[in-house]
Amino acid sequence: MFDFAVQGAQMALVLLLAPLLTGIVRKAKARLQRRRGPSVFQPYRDLARLLRKEVVLAENASWLFRIAPYLIFAATWVAAALVPTFATGLTFSWSADLIAIIALLGSGRFFQALAGMDVGTSFGGIGASREMLIASLAEPAMLMIVFTLALIAGSTQLSSVAAFMVSSEVGLRVSLGLALVALVMVAIAENARIPIDNPATHLELTMVHEAMVLEYSGRHLAMIELAAALKLLLYISLIACIFAPWGLAPAGAGAAALGIGALSYSAKLLCGGLLLAVFETTIAKMRVFRVPDFLGAALMLGLLGTLLRFVSRSF
Amino acid sequence: MPVDLGLECVGALLGVAALALAVGRSRAGSSVVYGASFILCTIALASALRALIGGGIAYERVLPLGLPWIGAHFRIDALAAFFLVVVDLGGAATSLYALGYGRHEAAPMRVLPFFPAFLAAMNLVVLADDAFTFLFAWEFMSLTSWALVMAHHRERGNAQAGYVYFLMASFGTLCLLLAFGVLAGSEGDYAFAALRASHHAPVTAALVLTFVLLGAGSKAGIVPLHTWLPLAHPAAPSHVSALMSGVMTKVAIYGFVRLIFDLLGTPSWWSSMVVLTLGGITAALGILHALMERDLKRLLAYSTVENIGIIYIGLGLALAFRANGVEWAAALALTAALFHVLNHSLFKSLLFFGAGAVLTATGERDMEQLGGLIHRMKLTSVAFLVGCVAISALPPLNGFVSEWLTFQAILVSPDLPQWGLKILIPGIGALLALAAALAAACFVKAFGVTFLGRPRSEAAKSAQDVDRFSLAAMGLLALLCLLAGVVPGFVIDGLGPVVQSLVQGRMPAQSDMPWLSLIPIAASRSSYNGLLVLCFIALSGSLAAYAIHRIASRALRRSAPWDCGFPDPSPITQYSAGSFAQPIRRVFGAVVFQARETVAMPPPGALAPSRLTVEMHDPVWEGLYAPVGTAVGFAAERLNHLQFLTIRRYLSLVFLLLVLLLLVLAVWL
Repeated sequence: MFDFAVQGAQMALVLLLAPLLTGIVRKAKARLQRRRGPSVFQPYRDLARLLRKEVVLAENASWLFRIAPYLIFAATWVAAALVPTFATGLTFSWSADLIAIIALLGSGRFFQALAGMDVGTSFGGIGASREMLIASLAEPAMLMIVFTLALIAGSTQLSSVAAFMVSSEVGLRVSLGLALVALVMVAIAENARIPIDNPATHLELTMVHEAMVLEYSGRHLAMIELAAALKLLLYISLIACIFAPWGLAPAGAGAAALGIGALSYSAKLLCGGLLLAVFETTIAKMRVFRVPDFLGAALMLGLLGTLLRFVSRSF
Repeated sequence: MPVDLGLECVGALLGVAALALAVGRSRAGSSVVYGASFILCTIALASALRALIGGGIAYERVLPLGLPWIGAHFRIDALAAFFLVVVDLGGAATSLYALGYGRHEAAPMRVLPFFPAFLAAMNLVVLADDAFTFLFAWEFMSLTSWALVMAHHRERGNAQAGYVYFLMASFGTLCLLLAFGVLAGSEGDYAFAALRASHHAPVTAALVLTFVLLGAGSKAGIVPLHTWLPLAHPAAPSHVSALMSGVMTKVAIYGFVRLIFDLLGTPSWWSSMVVLTLGGITAALGILHALMERDLKRLLAYSTVENIGIIYIGLGLALAFRANGVEWAAALALTAALFHVLNHSLFKSLLFFGAGAVLTATGERDMEQLGGLIHRMKLTSVAFLVGCVAISALPPLNGFVSEWLTFQAILVSPDLPQWGLKILIPGIGALLALAAALAAACFVKAFGVTFLGRPRSEAAKSAQDVDRFSLAAMGLLALLCLLAGVVPGFVIDGLGPVVQSLVQGRMPAQSDMPWLSLIPIAASRSSYNGLLVLCFIALSGSLAAYAIHRIASRALRRSAPWDCGFPDPSPITQYSAGSFAQPIRRVFGAVVFQARETVAMPPPGALAPSRLTVEMHDPVWEGLYAPVGTAVGFAAERLNHLQFLTIRRYLSLVFLLLVLLLLVLAVWL
């Protein structure tokens, strides 16, 4: 019963923390740009406001357009709940391994791109088309990273990978370094952050994610915004649980270990958010056709990591 | 005995084909033929399923047909039973679909007699147990499908498609003939049992592999032998396209597995490198071609090429593991490949049915003329969407499971000792991942442009959903896609005896794993539970929807699209199939297809429209087929002179040849 409670707590935790993380990133960026910026709790207020508003639906929007936000949200939430945050070996952590988690996010993206094309406006189409271009490189890069990690840890199961990373067998490895760099690059692209996409703009032809969701309003938009926040949280949790697994409560741990896990997780999220804000402030957005070079580099790094692991176990 | 029942079904299907000649012209003709085919396929399916679940005990039968001193051998073992399930499941679904779709056929006599004969031929290939019967059935399958491709021979491009298909099919059969010839050696016992028992030298094995890759590979559509496939599959009526893409390519895979895994014995490790390389290239190039297409059926045909590549990657991994004696890993890879065989037969048939429904409703295959069909063809769009999600390898549907298993097989391959494989396999993994991601982009395009948005033509505006039979067939396949995705354990256990008979190992039994999880090696290594993932998504999605509608707001207002304040009423301002693929064409196509875009912009004030011209080159066609075609034409031109010689010269030529042959004999002996 306790196990189920921990799993439930994790699901609730990621859902509750996700808007806060977005708020922290925005606040930090604002401070770095010498603005005051809205409160870190502003995303909650935005979501509450959107949820209360009526939905303005385009005349020719289909049923797919209406269920897509819930599907995207559900797929992202399930994926985020399966990544270890404060504890490993949760009750349902075996129901999907890292490959399946990536593919679940892919399902969310699939429906988001379809929803972008549903109303039949040019903005929706451009967003969908570019999103699938980015995905067509980011997903293989991500899988190559998964391969590298799986070959190091001997498992694609995130709990096992995290448990292995805590243990003393890991040491410094070249392939691990390559995987980290590639994973950060993929995370930036997948979350539509600068330099790939700009989450703050709304009316530029460079935009990808925002163009797809242009026709959404009210509760549908709230679901999509929440899913985007969850995705950011997922990627930071993923990087944290693999490359900074300290403080993670092991399977079947007591309340004290879980408390430590939760504290260290909060600290890691805060760190991740601040680093992202610093990174975004120091770099300019790139042209859309430079993105393949960026992601191609991530793919090559991932492939190199995997290749090194294939060639020798000592890398 | 299943083999007798199978043969009776084949006979009955041939009888139906003969009957079709008599009743084809009458009004009820198509219902009679397709109804009978449906019943016969269902019987054959049930019998094959029983043989498969029964643990794959082999049943044999020798009939006094064919060459008098050989007879015709037939046999059902686990491998044949599995492929019979694939063939007859596809056949039954297609017949059901055609009960409705076939009514619109303009020239029924060009389709009805050949359809049951085609089904019979595919059954016969799988049942055959000697080289003669196998080749006869293979050629029969090629010819009947060729006749079906030529059904609408007056439509533009179809005659050429039929010609190319005919050439490639003859070439393929010739290669298989040579493969069997090399296998049998000079003793020449052509029964499969004798071929299996004899030992093969490395040179023989290499020759057989080459010939089988050429022969079965050209039928399956591996690059560079795929060129006929995107021409011929779309040219046939849509239910036949489904049968050719979903089922006939699987019969070709069967030919490969039967010859290489079963008859040839233990492979050498380099053969797996050849198969893996071809598989990886096929997967990536197939899906890139599919992305560039604007014709819905051609897009689906190219995507078949991609999926064949994925299957060959699984088969190549199985060969690599088997050559190194790692049976459990070979079992994993082979299970993944065979699972993908089943999956692809399900969702590709489903997608071709959907394309056929769109064709019936609008008369269009060109996606640039479609759009908005989700409002008018509600059930078709749901089924097509299921097929798109499944083929894009997204959880929780079936396509994901088989690709996941292939990835798991790749992840156990660093232990292989050969350096060539160590360096090749990560690259193949990357190609597979790239193909999977591009497939998602491709099917977002296929569904998004065809079914979503606003209609781009009058025909798309006035479309109606199709008849009940077609919908039932699509619904059935969509349901099977879902089932194979959420409870894959039963499929894997069903494949157990097949894999056991081919690589002497099998995956652990899955159906008694806790919560029906999929655990290919060990729980600490990797596991996946499609059922649970589906439940989680359904639960959290509906919970969120319920809570929001209950607590926050359920108000909804329809209004004009927003589109940043500048909505354009003309539907041609939407993103089209070409514009959707443009970024990918720029990134990948510039290298692979040497794609060049030129924009002709008229000077300011001129009334001429500006034009965007895209130029693309098919590397395989221009690099391989065009030179061969030119060479053949050149040689024919030269040899043409020989037709106009005097009798004196002919006689001297004959004499010279005679001398030459005698010399050869003298040197040889």
